[in-house]
Amino acid sequence: MLMYTLKRLLLTIPTLIGVAVLVFFMLRIVPGDIVEVKLRGDGGNVTQEVVEQERKRLGLDRPMIVQFGDYMWGLARGDLGISMWTERPVIEEIMIRLELSLEVAILATIFATLISIPLGTAAALFRNTWIDYVVRIVTIGGLSIPSFWFGMIIIVSLLTFFNWLPPITFTPIYVDPVANLAQLIWPALAVGYRYCAVTARMIRSSLLEVLAEDYIRTARAKGVYERLVVSRHALRNALLPAITVMGLEFAFLIGGLVVTEQVFNLNGIGQLFVQSVSRNDFMLIQGMVIMIAGFYVVINLVVDLLYAVFDPRIRYGG
Amino acid sequence: MKRLILGLVGVAAFMLAGLQAEAQQPKRGGNLNFAISAEAPHYDPHGSDTYATLHFSSPFYSTLLRYNLSKFPAIEGDLAKSWTVSPDKLTYTFTLHEGVKFHNGETLTSSDIKATYDRIRNPPQGVVSTRRATFVDIESIDTPNPNTVVFKLKTANSSMLDHFASPWNTVYSAKDLAADSTAPRTKINGTGPFIFVEHVKGSHVAGKRNENYFKKGLPYLDSYRGIFTLQAAAMLNALQGGQVLAEFRGVSPAERDRMVAAMGDKLRVEESSWTLNLLVLFNNEKPPFNDVRVRRALLMAIDRWGGSTGLSKISTLRAVGGVVRPGSPLATPEADLVKLPGFSKDIKSARAEARKLLKEAGHENLKFVLWNRNLAMPYTPAGVFLVDQWRQIGVEVEHKQSDTAPYIAAMQSGNYEVAIDFSNLFNDDPTLSMTKFLSSKNNPLNLARYNDEEIDKNYELQLREGDVQKRKQYIQALEKRLFEQAYQQPILWWHRIVLSHKTLMGWKMSPSHNLGQDLAEVWLNQ
Repeated sequence: MLMYTLKRLLLTIPTLIGVAVLVFFMLRIVPGDIVEVKLRGDGGNVTQEVVEQERKRLGLDRPMIVQFGDYMWGLARGDLGISMWTERPVIEEIMIRLELSLEVAILATIFATLISIPLGTAAALFRNTWIDYVVRIVTIGGLSIPSFWFGMIIIVSLLTFFNWLPPITFTPIYVDPVANLAQLIWPALAVGYRYCAVTARMIRSSLLEVLAEDYIRTARAKGVYERLVVSRHALRNALLPAITVMGLEFAFLIGGLVVTEQVFNLNGIGQLFVQSVSRNDFMLIQGMVIMIAGFYVVINLVVDLLYAVFDPRIRYGG
Repeated sequence: MKRLILGLVGVAAFMLAGLQAEAQQPKRGGNLNFAISAEAPHYDPHGSDTYATLHFSSPFYSTLLRYNLSKFPAIEGDLAKSWTVSPDKLTYTFTLHEGVKFHNGETLTSSDIKATYDRIRNPPQGVVSTRRATFVDIESIDTPNPNTVVFKLKTANSSMLDHFASPWNTVYSAKDLAADSTAPRTKINGTGPFIFVEHVKGSHVAGKRNENYFKKGLPYLDSYRGIFTLQAAAMLNALQGGQVLAEFRGVSPAERDRMVAAMGDKLRVEESSWTLNLLVLFNNEKPPFNDVRVRRALLMAIDRWGGSTGLSKISTLRAVGGVVRPGSPLATPEADLVKLPGFSKDIKSARAEARKLLKEAGHENLKFVLWNRNLAMPYTPAGVFLVDQWRQIGVEVEHKQSDTAPYIAAMQSGNYEVAIDFSNLFNDDPTLSMTKFLSSKNNPLNLARYNDEEIDKNYELQLREGDVQKRKQYIQALEKRLFEQAYQQPILWWHRIVLSHKTLMGWKMSPSHNLGQDLAEVWLNQ
């Protein structure tokens, strides 16, 4: 298991290098120049000389291959470079937002897990009864309603019924947990509803399939209590596909909450991503793509390892 | 009895007046939260052109002169206590307030003014100075004593005082600049009413009262927080929920109406014409737009007066005007404007003439792509409006909205046919607004790609002319030539609507969102 984990971790290096190379060259093909956006994006009366000076100052006048070499050398040393827009280290720009994005993703995952497992299980166990129908309606709602729209409904409801809004500036959880949760619980709820719906439906269908397996029939025939049949034998197996979905959802939540972040005025990774794309700040885009790719790789690894925990038949060799 | 009643009424009126006076008396203290709809890329206004930098940095800095917003576009002193201009308009002498302190405790002297303006007009290596060209007429800057600074010009420049009052020309410490001329990009040490506390990236900027501010009794606020709200809906929610008390750039009429309905008399709505406009421009190098008949036909088909009525209900676009903000002292009066191509109120005849011109040019079934930025307000309604106007003379237009970066790339490379452009001004000085129209051979700002000596000549003449009436004539001559040749033309000027809670007092509305943001006189009536 340890060897397997180490091997998978080593494999992340060529994956991330591939991502870095691809992103570097693809971004250079996209039309647009950050210096023009920076100096003339707001209708600025800036001379060409000033534009050229700025380009030189940022090192954008150098041949692409030199810039590429510099970038890769920086990556090898763990340096993601400098944001062309703010001229601050990319890692600093990302870290400021990552705390918030990670927290929303974690809260949404907790919410989704706590709700989806009982909902999915109940729907499967009471198939085609009113319980199943209610769960299906709730989960179809979660799949159909966009998270940002649900977020808007939450905000409008809070304003209308309580004349109150969650804070719009971020307070870290270690500074003031109440203020932190007062801000982040709502977006977590908004995105968690969809997350929960996807997972609950996955658990329902997966559990239905597992409950029809021979070994479940055998367990029942042996006289094992129904509760144990479900919790110990069926649910553990049924959770495997749900874990895969949850892993992918978690990784998506870190960088993919663009509109929800805008609705709640959250200073997260999603907003940063969109801003950097519209400004053509390719150093920052590259940094974020590599970071998100890294998250996907690590989360996939964690999911694979969790398989072994939930299903003892799965063993990873060296 | 009658006397008694009159007496009581008199006493009541006196008490009421007293109460009102008390209500208007500024109160000290409190923290102001306001929204900023964009985040500044750095802290240095000298090297920036976005209002986000000014809304961020203005409270920390002072300028030599500034606009008196109660009498806009009148100019008053900021760091300058007084000033004189020599009769030949070649020497500007400023006397500075005494005892002005930077936030680090050092005293401001004329050397700081000189260092600041030297940085703007001759930026050292690594310093970006976006308004360098506005000070090319300065020959020398002298500092005969610590409180006097003298600017000598090579040639008279009728826009010079406006340049000195520009909110972008914030004054820095000579000592700081000598140590590191790029320091203002990342460090703040000004003489403004507030001292920098923190900038949490993507979240907010905070300032606290400068107890040593040179204007006695100011500022009123203890502190403030400018919160970045990049999405209009989030900003409006925050305003409604009282988490911010204002957003000082401006909102659309629909947003105003929503907030008025939601907040009622708790909300203050202030409106003004705006020093911004959208323009339609043609790539004069690209056929068929190198044919004046085609360009002129397209301008003549636009019903600006009708468009103004409709668009002003759904967007920030409103006033019909030429190259200078309508209603401002040097603007062309409406009676003269309607005689120029594209401004006729008889749209039926204008469109008939437009069809005739297109037929003459052999482009009756013209098709082209209109480039536009993908910003909802007011670019999208403006683009849709133009497409509809041109459809009415049989022209088929594809409306292409793109991100700012590829849009600017297309404009700069000339890889477009027709586009909607943007003019962002901070005052009504025509020199500033007309720079865009100068020949492209020496002017990269001219995205319409034409050369016209007559325009260049009239620009130079108005710049050097001291007599207002004569200057007006040169401006109108330039405008006439520009519109007759139909190189590019304003579509409509913007209308500024600022919303704030009624508890916020002392902030002054103006036609520019770049002005009046030092917050020194702002106070909270709580």
